[in-house]
Amino acid sequence: MLTKRIIPCLDVRNGRVVKGVNFEGLRDIDDPVSLAKFYNDSGADELVFYDITASAEGRPLFSDALRAVATEVFIPLTVGGSINTLDDFDRVLKCGADKVSVNSGAIRNPNLIYHAAKRYGSQCVVLSMDVKRVDGSFHLFARGGRDDTGIDAIQWAKSGAENGAGEIVLNSIDTDGVRDGFDLEMLQAIGDVVSLPLIASGGAGCMEDFLTLFSLPCVDAGLAASIFHSQEVKINDLKMYLNKNGVPIRIVEEK
Amino acid sequence: MIAVVDYGVGNLYSLTCSLRHIGADCIVTNDEQMLRDADRIILPGVGAFDDAANKLRSLKMDQLLSELVIKKGKPLMGICLGMQLLFEQSLEFGVHQGLGFIGGTIRPLSDALTNQAKVPHMGWNSLAFVKANDPLLQETKEGDFVYYVHSYYATDCESSLVATSNYCGVQVPGVVRHANVCGTQFHPEKSGEIGLRMLHVFAAEKD
Repeated sequence: MLTKRIIPCLDVRNGRVVKGVNFEGLRDIDDPVSLAKFYNDSGADELVFYDITASAEGRPLFSDALRAVATEVFIPLTVGGSINTLDDFDRVLKCGADKVSVNSGAIRNPNLIYHAAKRYGSQCVVLSMDVKRVDGSFHLFARGGRDDTGIDAIQWAKSGAENGAGEIVLNSIDTDGVRDGFDLEMLQAIGDVVSLPLIASGGAGCMEDFLTLFSLPCVDAGLAASIFHSQEVKINDLKMYLNKNGVPIRIVEEK
Repeated sequence: MIAVVDYGVGNLYSLTCSLRHIGADCIVTNDEQMLRDADRIILPGVGAFDDAANKLRSLKMDQLLSELVIKKGKPLMGICLGMQLLFEQSLEFGVHQGLGFIGGTIRPLSDALTNQAKVPHMGWNSLAFVKANDPLLQETKEGDFVYYVHSYYATDCESSLVATSNYCGVQVPGVVRHANVCGTQFHPEKSGEIGLRMLHVFAAEKD
């Protein structure tokens, strides 16, 4: 039986992991390889790395970090952040990424998804969308959720699927950081129009939020950052809890 | 030495990393002599069947693999699309000939699934054993999870089934074998510890 996936997301700047990482027993807490191994051993089903490096000079550091992770961790790796061209796809795929997540890059260049899917296959093209309610409808936002594009998110998801995206990550700006649960209404609205694997992001505050999330059949995976980094929710505990409550989940033996 | 066939299809970085991680010597190549010299061969691949099959033929890899694997008995493992290419034919956008090392046809998952089920079949799925004594399953338990990403699957291959996964009621061939030719529909190089064990078994298999 296909399982629901639990995906921690790591922000990387200049090759180091940033933001709220607080692990006991991990000496080098901003080292992407240590963290990736830690999450792999805890049962993470996939890892997402967002490159939030602001300058072009920092880019090679991200590539080095990714390459180092890929030589030691053998679960799917998704890379996002600063993906604007096919060259960007090429760069991260050669360093060991399995999937590439496109967000603002697809808004600036709507053909990017089509061309990337054609060249690398749909399985490696992830459409990541930042969405917020505006006047009763779902609007697509750009630049990390700062700019309202005015584009209807439902239409955007549909056209992404038609252009060959293989998976959708839906980040709800409305629930992000609130820690009061995922945005089920928004997820259902997108799940109703596309039949691609759907990853929910934004709003996870506790284990129960994931159980509620997976009550939606259209959702395949839950993505979160801070609650995993702070260890408020441990991935292993979360997976045991979900498994006990009847959610199909991959349990790995603890090392 | 394991030769990973390089025919311009897919990203081989993870595969070579995982082989090196388990201590296997490997080389990514399409050089005839290197393939002849290798102890065993891995045929990787992602993307479209027709495109990949044409690339293999244009490099004359079909003939070379047939000689080395079928006539001379060199162990071969196909992964994902590489596994599908081992079969006789695929119905992915038309009818296309494969290598024909294993009997059976590759068909769209969507033909077998109800409308609610998503394609691709993407994520971690558990293995049910058909032939538990197969060498590839030596270090794997029934119910272990492996990582799949695919939209087509092998059919009419009952005699070659080693392990399957259930996707929305469809028995997806996960591991197949005919003599020295084996294949996995899932990605062992992305299936964590379980996948590494399987690659390790293949790398260490007695001829």
